[in-house]
Amino acid sequence: MMKFKSNTVLKAAAALAALGLVAAPAFAQRDPAYQAARTAGQVGEKMDGYLGVVGSQSATIVKLVDDLNIQRKAAYTKGASGSGVSVEEFAFGAGCKNIRDTAAGEKYQAPGGAWQTRTAAPPQRDGRCPG
Amino acid sequence: MNALKLTSRVAPAHKAPMETRLRGFAGAIRMLVAVPALAVLPGCITVNAPDKPIVIELNINIKQEVLYKIQQDVENTIQENSGIF
Repeated sequence: MMKFKSNTVLKAAAALAALGLVAAPAFAQRDPAYQAARTAGQVGEKMDGYLGVVGSQSATIVKLVDDLNIQRKAAYTKGASGSGVSVEEFAFGAGCKNIRDTAAGEKYQAPGGAWQTRTAAPPQRDGRCPG
Repeated sequence: MNALKLTSRVAPAHKAPMETRLRGFAGAIRMLVAVPALAVLPGCITVNAPDKPIVIELNINIKQEVLYKIQQDVENTIQENSGIF
């Protein structure tokens, strides 16, 4: 009787664990408005790991960028404390990857500070960027 | 508010020669000797302020080795928050 009971409990636990595993890697997608602003070149990836407004854009775009940057800063702060580096260092490292991962047509900030449009060629990045 | 002390304050048992305060004539004589002696020291270094503004590049503090070390952590953070990147 006891054996049957513990088996049931184990099975239930296994089922819950399986559900958790299935649910865990559900990565969020970009907000459609954000994706559209990227594709249109209204926002770009900066070297410091944050988004920038390219040229003069609407208040909606500016707010979108500000909101995302606040969330990015929170993520960088968490990551930096885990890695034992400063938030600026972690953010800069993220900037390297963000610029590398831009799609063709999107904007990014080159080491000189000017906005560039990403082409099929590798982006111009800071010499310290890994990978 | 008074700070608590473990023992009551007493004068040090020994005073080094330089710590003793000379008062009166002897102190005045030493002061008179010491002050002009400083003034006539040769070889003064003159530092002029540059006429151009000093630009400090903040990014210069970020070292390549640090970026390599945190590369995997950075990728994990971005992947876990892919909606905002």
